[in-house]
Amino acid sequence: MTDAAVHVADLRKTFDVPEREAGLKSATKSLVRRKTKEVRAVDGISFDIAAGEIVGFLGPNGAGKTTTLKMLSGLLYVSGGEAEVLGHVPSKRERDFLRRISLVMGNRNQLQWDLPALDSFELNRSIYRIPRADFLRNRDELVELLEVGDLVRKPVRQLSLGERMKVEIVGSLLHQPQVLFLDEPTIGLDVTMQKRIRVFVAEYRQRHGATVMLTSHYMADVEALCERVIVIHHGRILFDGDLAALSDTVAAWKTIAVALENGAGDLSSYGEVIHRDGDLVTLRVPKAETARVTARLLAEQEVLDLNVEDPPIEDVIELVFAQENRE
Amino acid sequence: MRTLPLAQEGRLRSLADFYLTTIRTAIQQQFQYRAATYMYLIGMVAEPVIYLVVWSTIADQSGGTVGGLTAGEFAAYYIVWTLVRTMNIVFTPYGWEERIREGELSGQLLRPLHPIHYDLAWFAGGKVPWVLFYLPIAVVLTLVFNPTFNVRPLEIAVFAVAVWGAYLIRTFYQSALGLVTFWTTRVGALFQLYITLELLLSGRLVPLTLMPYWVQTAAWFLPFRWTFYFPIQTLVDDLSNKQLLGGLAMQALWTLIGIGLFSLVWRYAIRRYTAVGN
Repeated sequence: MTDAAVHVADLRKTFDVPEREAGLKSATKSLVRRKTKEVRAVDGISFDIAAGEIVGFLGPNGAGKTTTLKMLSGLLYVSGGEAEVLGHVPSKRERDFLRRISLVMGNRNQLQWDLPALDSFELNRSIYRIPRADFLRNRDELVELLEVGDLVRKPVRQLSLGERMKVEIVGSLLHQPQVLFLDEPTIGLDVTMQKRIRVFVAEYRQRHGATVMLTSHYMADVEALCERVIVIHHGRILFDGDLAALSDTVAAWKTIAVALENGAGDLSSYGEVIHRDGDLVTLRVPKAETARVTARLLAEQEVLDLNVEDPPIEDVIELVFAQENRE
Repeated sequence: MRTLPLAQEGRLRSLADFYLTTIRTAIQQQFQYRAATYMYLIGMVAEPVIYLVVWSTIADQSGGTVGGLTAGEFAAYYIVWTLVRTMNIVFTPYGWEERIREGELSGQLLRPLHPIHYDLAWFAGGKVPWVLFYLPIAVVLTLVFNPTFNVRPLEIAVFAVAVWGAYLIRTFYQSALGLVTFWTTRVGALFQLYITLELLLSGRLVPLTLMPYWVQTAAWFLPFRWTFYFPIQTLVDDLSNKQLLGGLAMQALWTLIGIGLFSLVWRYAIRRYTAVGN
């Protein structure tokens, strides 16, 4: 048993997936003999997450993110290795464990479809054995934080995707979980709603000291919420550390966006031209060369504006995956 | 961070609170689907009415009785049948199949309460509106078919318990069957086999006394007769007190076996859950 809220050591999950060629002949053959293929969804990952920490869990589709969250929340049995959450082995699905965690998935509906969310909340109160006073206080606090208001009185089926996601989150947090697994909580939502949910997650964590593990394809979610990221690909961890360090480690370059007075001539001698839009040129230069190239540009060109930036996090992540694929 | 304290009441009282809350929610849900409930009941009533018309006609043409049962006794049998059928509706293996295949089980596995409690409570709640809708139908059937009833208070009391016994037995056996989905992905064929056996061995198709002797004998060793025939018998036949209480004891026994079977299958099945899609 460790002090970490989440402890994972050499965790593995394999699935036997039926496999056959297309067509009637192959379908008939599979009646007699079915071929299966072993897929390693998670392939020996290890990490610890301290209580109160918020960690971004990043990776492309099929990387093993959701499978990991499902193992940590007790939905899936592990194929090997260790997983511990709040001192519990998740697959045992002990009541005390399930009362202290929540898994929120962006594409899942847990509320009663035809009834107002308030009725589902009441059901959750009885399932989680929440004392009524605590339930009412939590419910009202969550409704206020997420600005849900009267939406909880409408049948769930009449809510928009974003509205439904917000009431789903209220329902998932009524029991005040200590560990929160958020799997693509902002998927399909508009920018305003994404921002509202990001702000909420930060506020919830601050108020309750919750440990949060977040997966998202929107880097804005990760940048706004997570100092630490774990990058996973093909079921293996490629990076685990500060978000800023990820950029330093993987992307040994910076971008310089420069606007010139006399139109943009050939700037390829300064660095790799990655974008050109009229007088505005974006250059990619090695990190160590940034200061020297900037000084040269200012001295040799008629510069109207100049910005030096770290590469966008999307590009950095893409680079991590690209490096992995090359290996 | 602090953990929320558990509600002060004990485990059993909390479970009762959960059942009552779920039953209330299920009733509300049923009322949302009024039209569907009416249509469902019409479908439910059609089956016994067809049996009733067929057997009443045969009885009339056979000098008043078939296998010792009069037209009035047939009428009583199938009117009570309708109520028993309404009461013993459970979450089917098809429901389990969809829940497992589509990954909907995930939401329920995250809760600190076994999903079977939810099914038991939800379908118990659903019965309240169904029984309310059944009452006027029973009155009409009584006026049309003149059933023969001779009921004692103890028989009514035993019936009130027996319909819930039937509900428990069907829940656990059909749920255990539904868990087969974890191995086969589809469970429809097995469920059809189950329903065929139930039709023949439970008294659902015809009163068991009309079945061949070997069928009646086989029915004694299987759970099916306790889900239809016995509850119906409590109101329709003149069972002795010993037979009435013995029947309840048999229901309790089959329920315990069902719980054991379901628990055993669950223990192995849940390890195979892949939570696809959700």
